[in-house]
Amino acid sequence: MHFGPHLLLAALEGLVTSAVLALTALGLSLVFGVMRVVNVAHGEFFMLGAVLAWAITTAIGGHPALGFLAALVIAPLIVGAIALVAERLVLRRLNYNPEATIVATIGMLYIIQQLALTFYGPEARPVEPPFSYRILLPWFGYSGYKLSIIAASALILIASWLVLTRTRIGLIMRATQYDSETAQAFGIPVGRVYGGVFALGAMLAAIAAVLIVPISQAHYLMGQDPLLLSFIVVIIGGLGSLRGTVVAAVLIGMSDGIVSMFFSPTLAKIIATLLVAMVLVFRPQGLFGTASR
Amino acid sequence: MADKNGFFDLSKTALTRRTALKGLAAGAGLAVAPGFVRYSQAQSSAPIKIGFQSHRTGIGAAYGRWYEKTTAAAVKAINAAGGINGRQVEVIIEDDGTDPGRGAEVVGKFATQHKTDIVFGTLFSHVVIGSAPAAGENKMPYFVVSEGHHVASTKLNRYVFQPGITDVKSQIQSMAPWIAANAGKKVTQIFPDFAFGYDHRDYLPPALKAQGAEVIAQIAIPPTESSFTKYFPQIPPETEVIYHVMVGPAVLTFVKELGEFYGSNRPQLFGFIDSLEATDINSPGLEFLDGSHFWEGSPRYAQPDDSAAQKAYRAAVGIDDNGAAVGDPKDVSTAAHMFGCWETLYVVKKAMEDAGYKGPEDRAKLVEATEALTAFAEGPEHPQGAKTFNGKIHQCFGIQNISKVEGGKLKVVHKTKIEDGLYEAEGDYTTQAL
Repeated sequence: MHFGPHLLLAALEGLVTSAVLALTALGLSLVFGVMRVVNVAHGEFFMLGAVLAWAITTAIGGHPALGFLAALVIAPLIVGAIALVAERLVLRRLNYNPEATIVATIGMLYIIQQLALTFYGPEARPVEPPFSYRILLPWFGYSGYKLSIIAASALILIASWLVLTRTRIGLIMRATQYDSETAQAFGIPVGRVYGGVFALGAMLAAIAAVLIVPISQAHYLMGQDPLLLSFIVVIIGGLGSLRGTVVAAVLIGMSDGIVSMFFSPTLAKIIATLLVAMVLVFRPQGLFGTASR
Repeated sequence: MADKNGFFDLSKTALTRRTALKGLAAGAGLAVAPGFVRYSQAQSSAPIKIGFQSHRTGIGAAYGRWYEKTTAAAVKAINAAGGINGRQVEVIIEDDGTDPGRGAEVVGKFATQHKTDIVFGTLFSHVVIGSAPAAGENKMPYFVVSEGHHVASTKLNRYVFQPGITDVKSQIQSMAPWIAANAGKKVTQIFPDFAFGYDHRDYLPPALKAQGAEVIAQIAIPPTESSFTKYFPQIPPETEVIYHVMVGPAVLTFVKELGEFYGSNRPQLFGFIDSLEATDINSPGLEFLDGSHFWEGSPRYAQPDDSAAQKAYRAAVGIDDNGAAVGDPKDVSTAAHMFGCWETLYVVKKAMEDAGYKGPEDRAKLVEATEALTAFAEGPEHPQGAKTFNGKIHQCFGIQNISKVEGGKLKVVHKTKIEDGLYEAEGDYTTQAL
């Protein structure tokens, strides 16, 4: 294949990766930004979203779009509820102690993974895309659904930005993030905000998973890659910075797409990790993060 | 965190001399209690213990589940017919996590903790290769139901056997003439970037060359990859056949993305069924495979010319005519590989009977008796077909099936002969000391 179309394909693949990555990383970033909790179980919420999407689409049947839309609404809600319960039962009891919550979320990771293995099984199962349209380019075909993921992700990111900057909920979240003690003194129910943010973070991961599951598959081990990449994105972009998350996601997604296509996927991972190291050395707060107080 | 309950306060939990003595006394009492030494007094009646190293978790989990079902069915049949040397067979399962390190640990656990007579079962080549040294060190006969060329290459050790399923080198060699004659002469290979994939990488080019065809590109893909479109531009445009052999949970995505990339205007496809094991061929996106061909060890779909033994085997392991679990059409089996568990257990039975096997002290005799085997006739014990066995390389040779995807089913269009897959032995395990 010639260089031009080759690059186009690489860019398209990179954009799809970026779109999903931005959503997943945003969830991780929000949870850390507001609660100072490093959620190692984030990838498992992603996996749960995909597995539930399979369960919901299988239960509903009929036209694939019907089941998919239902999954897009119901799966994140269920995942959010599970996250809320986990937050109430575990993280709150640890007083959100940073070290303790890392260990606790590692435990959650294993518990969720094993439950998925027990109840869902070891198979990778497909979910039918809501529509299958193959865009025929002169050099190759490309999935129309993949392009729609990019659009959907952009819409959700814009919505998140509006919520964070233009609504009262966003204001409360930002206040809690800035200084939770003062926020509490001003009557903000910090405990409930924490619960909500943790659930919201998990829901974002679940939405990303529902979007990607028709082009990938639901599998109980699928949470590992998005977790690692999300961490990379969050470190590069700067914790709690929405803009940074999006920019870093595009950077990592595109470099992954292009480098792994022209060279090797291993090199792409090496570059991403090297980028993390460089950012940590020269700008520890991340590209768009603010220095810690 | 505060240690309110004093869990970490060693002064509170230290053993007193009195407790230690009590514990010792209780332990000694248990050891002399009746029942504790029952089996050492009457070893001939104790069950033969087979340690099953199973891929319960990890990327091989779907195989592991079906390997367990097949093994349970075979053991049930063997026990119903009187067991081995008049003793019942008991299977002890440990999860290897489809991980070489865990695999070696599991072999050690079987040897020292469960004290099994043999270890059996695993599939993924990297687990076999990782576990083989542990089997050798523990002098533990290790019967694998894998597929790679690792056993037959004689790179492992004398305790490792693969008597129930053919190896990749043999499979490729016997199918290459069909590929060159029916699919095309210019072949691009896509394979997983680890041991099993390397067998395909190394043995397909010479096998095709002998048939006047050639491999024009080889694309290695990391086994954990979940998206594949980015690799497709590496496929040269003059490719006539794409030879794909992928493993793990992402294979369905691989096929779907190949479909999106090429549409109807695709090269011929020849795949190893590994790319589709445990996956419903009628899954969305797989219409693209219609008309393409697959290697199958044992056919997933019931064929019109199935032998009575094949039918009985399918009923015993509980799969229907479509190769799915009876009663659950969505639970597709790993039919192309799992027959190896059934057949291997019958090879173990035969070798133990030949050796007059009584217990772990006879393991060396068991190894020699297995090496002395030469052929297995087609029948209830070997439903996949007749096989020959080369004791020097611990590897069996059998027939292969090439199947075509037609109307959402796999139809066998060609069966190879045993001779097609024979090759020169690369070494001789029997020269190694036991």
